[in-house]
Amino acid sequence: MLGLGVDRLQADINRLLTSLFHQGVLDEQFLQLQQLQDDTSPTFVYDVINIYFDESEKLLRSLRLLLMDREFSDYKKIGLHLNQLVGSSSSIGARRVRNVCVAFRSASELNNRPGCLRGLEVVEHEYHYLKNMMHELFQLEQQRLLAAGVRYPM
Amino acid sequence: MATTSTGAIEKTKSVEVKKKLNVLIVDDDTLTRKLHESIIKAIGGISQTAKNGEEAVNIHQNGNASFDLILMDKEMPEMDGLSATKKLREMKVTSMIIGVTSLADNEVERKAFMEAGLNHCLAKPLNKDKILPLINSLMDA
Repeated sequence: MLGLGVDRLQADINRLLTSLFHQGVLDEQFLQLQQLQDDTSPTFVYDVINIYFDESEKLLRSLRLLLMDREFSDYKKIGLHLNQLVGSSSSIGARRVRNVCVAFRSASELNNRPGCLRGLEVVEHEYHYLKNMMHELFQLEQQRLLAAGVRYPM
Repeated sequence: MATTSTGAIEKTKSVEVKKKLNVLIVDDDTLTRKLHESIIKAIGGISQTAKNGEEAVNIHQNGNASFDLILMDKEMPEMDGLSATKKLREMKVTSMIIGVTSLADNEVERKAFMEAGLNHCLAKPLNKDKILPLINSLMDA
């Protein structure tokens, strides 16, 4: 019974990951992250993704504040924030978030404020979708570990 | 595992470097530092980190630092990777320095970074498959 639970949860995890790769939400870099997780760092992926969430949310808040300012003109700062988001999204394999950040960056390079506002909305949408999917993945993983009788702090 | 005459442990797995590397990771981004630390650990090395070029230079100031490899990010506050690389070479630091660039960097910027004193340049994101063959070939050269 216990084994079936673990197997079913593993199948759910595999199904979710396959779907995320198929949708282009994740790419090969995410697999590289998973390969770095081992017994000496059993929560590596969880830790890295949470750093990504913390940093991304600060950047997204800053971008929103900048663009909401009526006097806004600092497109260079927008570009710098987006470079960081592009870099960190690439590092964890968040392909769709990375791609929409690149599109947003193009609008900022043209000093196109309406384009930037649209770009920000798209980035926020993709980011929140990714975050929800990652939370689902981590919940399934935690359930799988509990079912297998493994205790890791998460 | 076998122990060489110098005491360095050689692992026979092809997924690790030929010698246990001591690496300095220079990057202002927390996530990148954590990722690169894990990559270096996965390929059999040990690492220390610096948050920017100025910290990297300061680590070398007292003359006791001895790194086989420095992974140097290009864009950093306080002192960027290009300036830090130039400074380290002026200080006669002979470590391998691999520059780490982003996709936003154009060819002119990458060339200037190389000319500052890099052994090689790689674009983010880094992973084991990208860095291991490069390190092994630089060590062979």
